[in-house]
Amino acid sequence: MKAKAMEYGEKIHIWGRIWGVLAMLMFILYPTAVSIYYSAWPDAGPLLKALLGVAPVFWTVGAIEAFTFAPMLGVGGSYLGFVTGNLTNLKVPCALNAMELAKVKPGTEESEVVSTIAIAVSSIVTTLVIFLGVILISRIQPILESELLAPAFDNILPSLFGALAVVFVSKNWKIAMAPLIFMLILFISIPSLANSVSIMVPVGVIVAISVSRILYKKGHL
Amino acid sequence: MKTFDTNSMFLFTMAGIVILFVLAQSLFFLIKAWKRARELGIDNKTLIRIAKGSAVFTVAPAISIILGVITLSKFLGLPLPWLRLSVLGALTYELPAATTVANSLGVSISSGVTDPKVYSTIAWVMTLGIMSGLLIITLFLKKIQGGIDSIQQKDRKWGEIFNTSIFMGMISAFLGMIFSDITIGITGWIPVFVMVISSIIMIICGYFIKVHNIKWLEDYALSISMLLSMALSIPITNLIK
Repeated sequence: MKAKAMEYGEKIHIWGRIWGVLAMLMFILYPTAVSIYYSAWPDAGPLLKALLGVAPVFWTVGAIEAFTFAPMLGVGGSYLGFVTGNLTNLKVPCALNAMELAKVKPGTEESEVVSTIAIAVSSIVTTLVIFLGVILISRIQPILESELLAPAFDNILPSLFGALAVVFVSKNWKIAMAPLIFMLILFISIPSLANSVSIMVPVGVIVAISVSRILYKKGHL
Repeated sequence: MKTFDTNSMFLFTMAGIVILFVLAQSLFFLIKAWKRARELGIDNKTLIRIAKGSAVFTVAPAISIILGVITLSKFLGLPLPWLRLSVLGALTYELPAATTVANSLGVSISSGVTDPKVYSTIAWVMTLGIMSGLLIITLFLKKIQGGIDSIQQKDRKWGEIFNTSIFMGMISAFLGMIFSDITIGITGWIPVFVMVISSIIMIICGYFIKVHNIKWLEDYALSISMLLSMALSIPITNLIK
């Protein structure tokens, strides 16, 4: 079984890298095809100007997400999750929930496969739901955009994280307390930070790890 | 030059090809992980439970992604938003990316794009501007994983605490964000009320699972809490506003 584990652990990196490189090529295919088909290559000036407007922030966020989510999602889950996207609002909670359901410990090979299965299923379902949405768009647009339903979609993150907090914070309240208090004070004092919550995730992670380290050294964890 | 239309069959086909590729990747990883899980002794019943739970949980967030597709489609047509939100991206990146390009080209985002050059510039910026996570994971995940493994091998207990601390840090950031508007008055408390309701529903589910031994509920507790609190946010908002 040990040899097999090595085999799977090694193979998943090879598969992940091949699929990752192919995915990047596929993503570039769309703008390339548009540029060729319509003879409409972008001018360098506006392209660079626009890239400079978004890339510094999004490349930083992407890098932060890679380092924060990889330990949570496991190897297969990370390779797949970073191709299929929608990590914070969908894939990460889905993987955490699945690992909790399967009662597997984070960092084990069992949690690795469970997380990969959850992310794969979630990606497939997301693709199908969006596909159906695109086909039926004229019918569902008035419903989804109705004033009646607007609060429900505005509150999707509180609805998700409220329930997640009960499961995870109650089990790890000693670890959660310091980053929670820190984040509450931070967001209440600087409300505009809500727009850049992804950048605040690593701040929370650093606070959590630092305080946990102190508590652990003092024998409180 | 061919006539340009943001909803042309050509664009739909290109988007469809890329989405099919990503679907194939998901299936590939699903099959490989499922086989490995069976070898590790996890039974099919547990795996089906995980798959079902994950599928149900995904539906509501996925519907909210369609809203993002609709928002972007007024400006960009359907194929590009369909592609960008089915793979890699999220509305929080794609909308600002499209807006930034439009601003730098002096185009309004309130009406549809008619110039293929504007469209291709937007498509390039959306693609290249949001590639770093995938690039880092593809090139460096093995190294990152090596670092995590060495922390765990040195001290197993600290390794577990380290892992838990990472997701506690993440959850804290999102929970903190929910409170960001409370200083603007009672309407700013709506997300907080919704969060509390979701927590209470989750606790009630936990009660039925543990005390009344309703096992099936365990798989859907998160989805039920999320959907019910989303639904209840409607009367709460109407009451407060």
